[in-house]
Amino acid sequence: MTSHTMRPKYRVLAPALIGLLALGAWESIVRWQEIPPYILPGPILIARTVVSDWGTLFPSLVVTLAITAAAFVVSAVLGLLLAILFTQSPWIERALFPYAVILQVTPLVAIAPLIILWIKWIPLALLICAWLVAFFPVLSNTVLGLTSTDRNLVDLFRLYGASRWQALRYLRLPAALPYFLGGLRISGGLALIGAVVAEFVAGTGGAQSGLAFRILEAGYQLQIPRMFAAVFLISAAGVLIFALLTGLSRLALGRWHESEIEREA
Amino acid sequence: MTAGTPVVSLREVSKAYPSGTLALDRLSLDVEPGELLSLLGPSGCGKSTLLRLIAGLTEPSSGSIAWADTAAQNRLGFVFQEPTLMPWARVEDNVRLPLMLAGMSRGESGRRVGEAITHVGLEGFERAYPRELSGGMRMRVSLARALVLRPRVLLMDEPFASLDEITRFRLESDLADLHRRQGLTVVFVTHSVFESVYLGTRVVVLSPRPGRVAASRRIEGPAPRVEAFRTSTAYLEACRDVSALLAAAMERPLTLALSPSGGEGIEPPLPREGEGRGEGRR
Repeated sequence: MTSHTMRPKYRVLAPALIGLLALGAWESIVRWQEIPPYILPGPILIARTVVSDWGTLFPSLVVTLAITAAAFVVSAVLGLLLAILFTQSPWIERALFPYAVILQVTPLVAIAPLIILWIKWIPLALLICAWLVAFFPVLSNTVLGLTSTDRNLVDLFRLYGASRWQALRYLRLPAALPYFLGGLRISGGLALIGAVVAEFVAGTGGAQSGLAFRILEAGYQLQIPRMFAAVFLISAAGVLIFALLTGLSRLALGRWHESEIEREA
Repeated sequence: MTAGTPVVSLREVSKAYPSGTLALDRLSLDVEPGELLSLLGPSGCGKSTLLRLIAGLTEPSSGSIAWADTAAQNRLGFVFQEPTLMPWARVEDNVRLPLMLAGMSRGESGRRVGEAITHVGLEGFERAYPRELSGGMRMRVSLARALVLRPRVLLMDEPFASLDEITRFRLESDLADLHRRQGLTVVFVTHSVFESVYLGTRVVVLSPRPGRVAASRRIEGPAPRVEAFRTSTAYLEACRDVSALLAAAMERPLTLALSPSGGEGIEPPLPREGEGRGEGRR
């Protein structure tokens, strides 16, 4: 039984049950082995810390999410526009695509210090770092989608005298939509990772600090439960982003695309 | 265009692909107005290439293709082997596509879309998505899309090849009926002797690659075709004749197996030892 054929309640219940079992095992081991909280806090202590330190953690979460959201939107828009540009001419694609690959394969931790050094306004530097990680999946997936259009449909549009714009709007873009949305799902998570890594490298402090700084700060102060609480919030944000983008994909493709069609068991 | 003037004339048309494959070699053919021309030949003989040349989807390497009337050339209907529908668009929007690309508004095109859908018997499915339809219904949508422009010439590239026999028979009858009612000129590519004879007012047999016109035979039969024609003596005789023409075109003997289902009909004998051209069943 695949996730598509599973009943909706089991689709939520199954992972929730596994999660509860894992958390229960974790809490039991911590108590049974009497592991001190500065080595490994249990999930209950972490949950309490999330509540007690909410006043500190929430503003940091907002900062990280703002950078993530901005990087994601810029990645989606620029990735789509660049993909359209690439597919308009093989020359443009051949000339520019290698540089997009270079940006993707260069480790962010290696270039983030340079970007932060060159760009004095830290939020913009963080945004660029996160964008560098997040835009490539949108670009490569959308290029793949735009160039994978059914050849017969392309011929049909030619036969009926479609302009370049009509072929793009009514054929290539809808055909590439599943690929674009697939790219967005990857990009959403990567934007968050990029934002957190950039914050680590920047090591920024003060009122505009993100969750990465809270992790560093808690580490220095040996407040390990708070460190775990910040990590938990980052993971929760990642899951939420993925869920939102999966919902968007289902909304856009649910009526017609194989990947989103609900099947009867 | 006067009566009897070919709708489209191909003269000494050759088509070679960049790979060096010669698909068609000095092929000459006239498509007469109002006929349903069945193009019959073995796989790979250039039938689809010929159809794409007529449609202007590819250019000949040499030779000429002349249309008697540019209006007919500009209002072609084309049906592919697969339904080739836009999966994200509803039936009515798939059918509307040629009109939309021609700049016609939804309001203007609504009546014609409705007519085309009625012609192919898909009333009630206007709002369905292609995935919600059977293979035969999808092919009907493809046919409606080709008809919505009210074409004078309809080009069909083995449109029923992937359908089950019952659906294929039904669609063949529907096509024969549409051809008569609308006075269409149809060029129908097939590799089935039975289909070519049932549908065609003329069958043109192509030789194996590179394709050339090997033979042509007129088919006498009721217009529109009726199911009884499939079991008539005239039909069976025509099938035998066309099979013989196909065998001659392939330069080796073939035996015609008239199965009750009307399915696979051409059974080449096993190649003799050392015979390089035997490729088994076609």
